[in-house]
Amino acid sequence: MSGVISSETSAGVNDFVIKIGTVNGTGSASANELLMKTIFRMGVPVVGKNIFPSNIQGLPTWYEIRVTGDGYAGRSGDVHLMVAMNPESYERDLAELSPGGVLIYDSTWPRPHFMSRSDITVIGVPLSLMCNDAFEVARSRILMKNMAYVGACAALLDLDIDVIHTLVDEMFVKKQKLIPANRQAVALGFDYVKDNFETPLSFKVKALDKTKGKIMVDGNTAAGLGCVYAGATFGSWYPITPSTSLMDGFANYCAQLRVHPETGENLYCIIQAEDELSAAGMAMGAAWNGARAFTPTSGAGISLMSEFIGFAYYAEVGLVYFDIQRVGPSTGMPTRTQQCDINLTAYASHGDTKHIVVYPADPGECFTMSAQAFDLAERFQTPVFFLSDLDIGMNDWMIDELTWDENYVPDRGKILGPDALKDIEKFERYICPQGDYIPERTLPGTDPKGAYFLRGSGHNKHGKYTEVSAEYQEVVDRLILKWKSAADYVPQPIVIKAKQKAAYGVIAIGSSDGAIKEACDKLASEGTHLDYMRIRAFPFPQSVEDFIASHEQVFVIEQNRDAQLMNLLVAETAATKASLTSIKYYAGQPLGYRFVHKALTDEIAVLSSQRKSA
Amino acid sequence: MTSFVKPRIDRKNAPVNSLGLKRQDYDGAMSTLCAGCGHDSVTAAMATAFYELAIEPHKAVKVSGIGCSSKTTAYFLKEAHGANTVHGRMPSFATGAMAANAALTYIGVSGDGDSLSIGIGQMIHAMRRNANMVYVLENNGVYGLTKGQFSASADIGSIAKKGTVNEQPPLDPCIMALAAGATFVARSFSGDRKQLVPLIKAGLKHKGFAIIDVISPCVSFNDHKGSTKSYAHTYKYYHKAVHADYIPPTDEIMTSYDEGETMSVELHDGGKILLKKLDPNYDPTSQASAFSKIMESKASNEILTGLLYIDDTKEDMATQNNLEARPLNQVPYTELNPGPKALKALQAGWK
Repeated sequence: MSGVISSETSAGVNDFVIKIGTVNGTGSASANELLMKTIFRMGVPVVGKNIFPSNIQGLPTWYEIRVTGDGYAGRSGDVHLMVAMNPESYERDLAELSPGGVLIYDSTWPRPHFMSRSDITVIGVPLSLMCNDAFEVARSRILMKNMAYVGACAALLDLDIDVIHTLVDEMFVKKQKLIPANRQAVALGFDYVKDNFETPLSFKVKALDKTKGKIMVDGNTAAGLGCVYAGATFGSWYPITPSTSLMDGFANYCAQLRVHPETGENLYCIIQAEDELSAAGMAMGAAWNGARAFTPTSGAGISLMSEFIGFAYYAEVGLVYFDIQRVGPSTGMPTRTQQCDINLTAYASHGDTKHIVVYPADPGECFTMSAQAFDLAERFQTPVFFLSDLDIGMNDWMIDELTWDENYVPDRGKILGPDALKDIEKFERYICPQGDYIPERTLPGTDPKGAYFLRGSGHNKHGKYTEVSAEYQEVVDRLILKWKSAADYVPQPIVIKAKQKAAYGVIAIGSSDGAIKEACDKLASEGTHLDYMRIRAFPFPQSVEDFIASHEQVFVIEQNRDAQLMNLLVAETAATKASLTSIKYYAGQPLGYRFVHKALTDEIAVLSSQRKSA
Repeated sequence: MTSFVKPRIDRKNAPVNSLGLKRQDYDGAMSTLCAGCGHDSVTAAMATAFYELAIEPHKAVKVSGIGCSSKTTAYFLKEAHGANTVHGRMPSFATGAMAANAALTYIGVSGDGDSLSIGIGQMIHAMRRNANMVYVLENNGVYGLTKGQFSASADIGSIAKKGTVNEQPPLDPCIMALAAGATFVARSFSGDRKQLVPLIKAGLKHKGFAIIDVISPCVSFNDHKGSTKSYAHTYKYYHKAVHADYIPPTDEIMTSYDEGETMSVELHDGGKILLKKLDPNYDPTSQASAFSKIMESKASNEILTGLLYIDDTKEDMATQNNLEARPLNQVPYTELNPGPKALKALQAGWK
């Protein structure tokens, strides 16, 4: 064995992180998926994060696989096995490796001698050389190099080679001819490492039984599928990273599941618009005309859609806007993640506007909450925002297998059909006969009695144009009561109580969940106990205010610079600013538990010293 | 101010259409535009077209953007749903509405500000999609509600009420429509109801995007000497090139015209559009011919009117999207929900 593998590492069996640095556009994605899936199939939970550039070919890209026998859903912040395939990022990759870690590089070319570290082990595998010898075509040499590093990792981590073979067979089920070559490439890397190094490493994979009933899927695909199950028939969009795969998912499943079995005609319509303004208009027009309609976008798109959002809010048309957040402001970093549209979606558009927003935390919730979002939009006849992010939307998450309630019936809200219209003397659009702040609506083409004129200009409760102050106010006063009443219908917060009575609490939304749960567990094991509330929608239910009131101090953890969630809590609940402490992470990478653990530890230390001095 | 209900005066023995409805049944609220506004004449023409075609009012959908012209959707077809949307964004709203229910008849009303400036992208792209609607562009060369600024259709040399001379070249919606692949391109004048009503009828029956650019003078801000969108100027330079009549499937073409002066275009519903041409060399089914005729007329300061181009063979948006005849908004959830079994099956690949 050439090189001594240090035992001083934070990694352990089923508890370590692999990171693969490659060049964008070299086909490494399927190799990385193969590696992750193998571990998953061995019954060991994994967390996959794709850290990629806004580029088609040539820039550095990484894939990170966390192996977590305990089943945590966030990143750790460590890297124990670095596959450094990209010379351009080699220096960075070397520096990022945790002490005691192992680095694999392509030894076909020598590494610069000055790029070394004494506290890690370096393993050279002549990947290019082996693949150039074994394969003829230039493109396949590049692709096979990826499969070869999977083989090298498999040897080091004691992966089940039969599982790899099965997965390769599945990958190429439609291109059977490619199976032998890919298997061969895996074997090249595997055998070389077996022959030249002591295997396996001290941190390795040991088969478990913890992935039964689980799936690996990204949030955008799950949300797109959720739209199919919710009964959405119309989607308009303008392509934008990182939301594009949501419409891809919807289109894909519609093509499979939404075509009339006899006529071959579509029971859905998808239109790629010329811009987000138009996408928003199309979705609103379709919703007004009785289709369940949505448009997926990112923050930049919401900015452009804002005029239609205000129109839909004021004219009371219910539709769903999917905002898959990326780093702003402006173009920002399109392939990096943040929770930076909390403010934007809560109040989008000019004038007094407040919206319903749901905050999914993982692909499982993306599936269920998309249906809930449509129900809320139609029940309350108002825009509903589905605020996901790049981390949830584009990364594969391990979640429970999706299920669908056979008895689900869409909540279409108050639509007066032909029969109902026959029975009433006169239809007026914004009267609320049930006294619940929600008016009745009609669809075009139903009955002459049902006609009304939709307008974004000042209107009274009869739906007529007005510039009379009292008439205008009557309508907007009802709108805010309607919005407030939605708090009882939105997905309610989830609270994880500490095992002991806790003086402090934590509040967060969305993709921060995994890292926070893990940090709280670690803190508990160190003797610090925290209650944790994950808010799942806006308007905030009363329980949010109660949670804050029942703790001495609450830490609001979020992924943006301006403490948007904390400020929203101050603005929209009775909580004082002093009762909340902001913890912010806005570097654009998925949140890791080490960051949260350290931030909470530091903040709690500050609070305790303040207490002592008081 | 609030909206006014238009007083209804029923005349004895007023004629009825095949649905038994009178022309007044196609009216809407009282107009709040200036007395003499060209738009009110266009409103009347639209109502008459629906009446003559005997379209049930509630089976129509009216959409508009923002501006004087966009207000007019409230002034006809009171039994139809209407949507006064966002400035320049009517086409997208209409597109979504049409996707949800392609079985209704859609009419959009817009102006030169709404269509040629703020909404130019949406109008062009609705044409490219061949969305099945009539798009009436009430064109007066001026922003009325904001008191007299030039619009993008103002001609070079046209003088504003306050004396400014326009130096920027005008955008011609018909030329743009031809370039964008619109399948029905027409121009008319609010003062010529005899030409306009049949054009609107033909547009309503055309399966695809029908644009009608209607010169509709603004009496308050652009009807003075030196304006090229005034009544006087339009009457002087108005040139009827092609007259269009809609002939329902049940009717035969009775009138006879000389060879070369008439042609008929078959429509999807079995009806026909009968075209009467003043220039025998003009072929309104040829894009190239329409282009050159419009450009030539411009050079001689003529306002070429009538149905300038038609192609009824191109698939409309609903057909392109493979939609069934039953509107999407009428498909029951049981047909939309793939069910738990399918969900289980499709997840096999995620394990």
